[in-house]
Amino acid sequence: MSDTAMTRREWLLTDRPQSRMQARLGRAYLTWRRFTANRLAVVGLAIILALLFVAAFAPLLAPYSPYIGDLKNARLMTPGAAYWLGTDDQGRDILSRLIYGSRLTLQVVVLVAVIAAPIGLLVGTVSGYAGGWVDAVLMRITDIFLAFPKLVLALAFVAALGPGIENAIIAIALTSWPPYARIARAETLTVRSSDYISAVKLMGASPMRIVLRHIMPLCISSLIVRVTLDMAGIILTAAGLGFLGLGAQPPLPEWGAMIASGRRFILDQWWVAAAPGAAILIVSLGFNLLGDGLRDALDPRSGGQ
Amino acid sequence: MTAALKIDKLRVVYDDFVALKDVNLTVNTGESFGLVGESGSGKSTLLRAVAGLAPVSGGTIDVNGKRLGRTRDKAFYRQVQMVFQDPYGSLHPRQTVDRLLLEPLAIHGFADTEKRILRALDEVGLGSSFRFRYSHQLSGGQRQRVAIARALILEPSILLLDEPTSALDASVQAEVLNLLEQVRRDRKLTFVMVSHDLGVITHMCERLMVMQNGQEVERLEAGDLATRNVAQDYTRNLLVASEGFVRGA
Amino acid sequence: MSAMLHVEDLRVDFPTRTGMVQAVRGVSFSLGQERLGIVGESGSGKSQTGRAIMGLTPEHANISAKRLEFSGIDLLKVSPAQRRELRGNRIAMILQDPKYSLDPVMTIGRQIVETLRTHEKVSKAEAREKALDMLAAVQIRDPRRVFALYPHEVSGGMGQRAMIAMMLIAGPELLIADEPTSALDVTVQLDILRILDRLVIDRGMGLIFISHDLRLVSTFCDRVIVMYAGRIVEELKASELSQARHPYTQGLLNCMPRIGADRHPLPVLDRKPEWLL
Repeated sequence: MSDTAMTRREWLLTDRPQSRMQARLGRAYLTWRRFTANRLAVVGLAIILALLFVAAFAPLLAPYSPYIGDLKNARLMTPGAAYWLGTDDQGRDILSRLIYGSRLTLQVVVLVAVIAAPIGLLVGTVSGYAGGWVDAVLMRITDIFLAFPKLVLALAFVAALGPGIENAIIAIALTSWPPYARIARAETLTVRSSDYISAVKLMGASPMRIVLRHIMPLCISSLIVRVTLDMAGIILTAAGLGFLGLGAQPPLPEWGAMIASGRRFILDQWWVAAAPGAAILIVSLGFNLLGDGLRDALDPRSGGQ
Repeated sequence: MTAALKIDKLRVVYDDFVALKDVNLTVNTGESFGLVGESGSGKSTLLRAVAGLAPVSGGTIDVNGKRLGRTRDKAFYRQVQMVFQDPYGSLHPRQTVDRLLLEPLAIHGFADTEKRILRALDEVGLGSSFRFRYSHQLSGGQRQRVAIARALILEPSILLLDEPTSALDASVQAEVLNLLEQVRRDRKLTFVMVSHDLGVITHMCERLMVMQNGQEVERLEAGDLATRNVAQDYTRNLLVASEGFVRGA
Repeated sequence: MSAMLHVEDLRVDFPTRTGMVQAVRGVSFSLGQERLGIVGESGSGKSQTGRAIMGLTPEHANISAKRLEFSGIDLLKVSPAQRRELRGNRIAMILQDPKYSLDPVMTIGRQIVETLRTHEKVSKAEAREKALDMLAAVQIRDPRRVFALYPHEVSGGMGQRAMIAMMLIAGPELLIADEPTSALDVTVQLDILRILDRLVIDRGMGLIFISHDLRLVSTFCDRVIVMYAGRIVEELKASELSQARHPYTQGLLNCMPRIGADRHPLPVLDRKPEWLL
């Protein structure tokens, strides 16, 4: 048999990788296979990808403007051929508002994750590795932040700084990082006394190097899972703030604010509140399924390896 | 000629527990010295104290003539390295062999890392095909070889070995012991080796110390064990136990 | 002496991502009221053989045999209720690390009492007395004190003794010991073996001793089976170990460093591919 090129699958699954890239890709491929073995997880991923797609191509997908409505003719229309999800009390197409609102949802979720997760990771790993008074001080600070329910702190913040989606994001991020710090600290405590960390100490690695290059990579999986699962809660908190009028301000098509304004018509024109409600439901579900799937895929201990 | 390792009245206390009680020890350069004992004897604690991984509350440690303080500096790690017992716990689960071997080189600022990594793998009998594997893709014996390669890549003169083969199958143990002997010969290393297995210790070491409850029981030459020339009852018990079960006794 | 256990062509397969792993490939032996040692290195299939007899093979594995019979009962076709009836009562298993096989949230005494009351109709007081007797039988000097302790409060050797007491209290006929002394210090190992020796003789039990330590097994057992890659490569009387014929057994015996034998380098096992067939 002549040396035919390996199939891509063989190349990824080989037990003799020839380069760093091949080893990493092979490992990622195995994780992907574990992930896709779970149907619901794939559904979750599909929902989130759909969200990304809608947000990215909003101007192309939305049939009407989300801000300007036809007040004269199209107030509170029932869902039909012209307006697929009907219109709200200002004659704006609900479908278009939902589509543009996806951008706001995504903005909130991504920014909160990007702010809160690194803070939590850093605080948790440093706290767990250093121990002693550093650990005590950092954990007390974490406890202080944990004591505030998201909504209450957000209210306080917004009262101080004024309503708006940026302030809402900051407020939510500030209440989201403590659980991540807890998770990172727990993982750090588990691995701190293991031989491979001792071995790296014995090479002369500084504590910062150990934390950054050796301990943090071990915490990342748990953190990714937790952040993904939290996203549903973040969306709901943002929606809650929007509902209270403290998040995105009109005329921004934030889904929570849409529910708030649709409240008045819930009996006769139920679709005005129900449509954004359903959108929140679907996206939260998507994140939950994705998070569950990631947890199973990233935890190498499950399944017959 | 200065001794490679000189320990004087070493005392290690963990909270309330005294792990080492005033232990004295001298290991000559180029020698292979064994520490034997059961669990709780303090043999591993002694190695860890030398490595700077255990809290010293009394006594002194001198390495190659230099007195060690509370912490260890980078120069120390170029002289002394350690091989741990558990092959499944001593390699980072998320790093490839290549990355594991690169780390010490990166910390100490070596330039020709590619060449050194290949040479290290070659020295422990692992081909370059192992270079990008993760530790869970290696057998116990292969992992221990990687651990040895990692310990040797900084070119130390003293190697601390904490039960390096007790977690391995008998046939793999023989291979790893042979490798260690060869490495010691080639690089003229000083070994301080801990084991609970008298057979392994007498095979690898010239002199040995028996420990119990954090203290020295007896000091012997390897040949003394073979001729049963032992003074203490505890040592005699260990010898008898290592011979296996006697039925009807 | 009729055999209490018959194993014929036992096979255990595990499905994995990369295909079927054949852990046990056609193992056959019988056991009477004697001591049989099963020796092998990791991956030889010795533990899976023991677990197959006990019915502890993982759910997703495939197990098959021409014959897997204990005292006339077909172990492959037995119902879960019958299996529970057998376990502890007629077949018992001791594992390597008592840390993982004793329930950490129950006192030692209570676990032993529960095991007994699962199989015999005795009152609590009677069960307690029997448990204390059993703890004394495994040479625990202060049975009453140990009765009230939790597993994490005792040393490894004592924990192992407690596990032996718990497994033997219902009076099984067959004991499977899977590396019972590997996690213990060498002097403690001998104590445990002496206890097992005494109990096996007194109760007339059959014993399967699974271990990686060929020499230990040969001193403790009557017969020895050597396994490699899921198959039996040699079966011999323990006393005739030095006359082993298979190169794997010889290699295994030779590669261990011994006090007094000065061989540098140590003879290394030359694994021949034909052993895998």
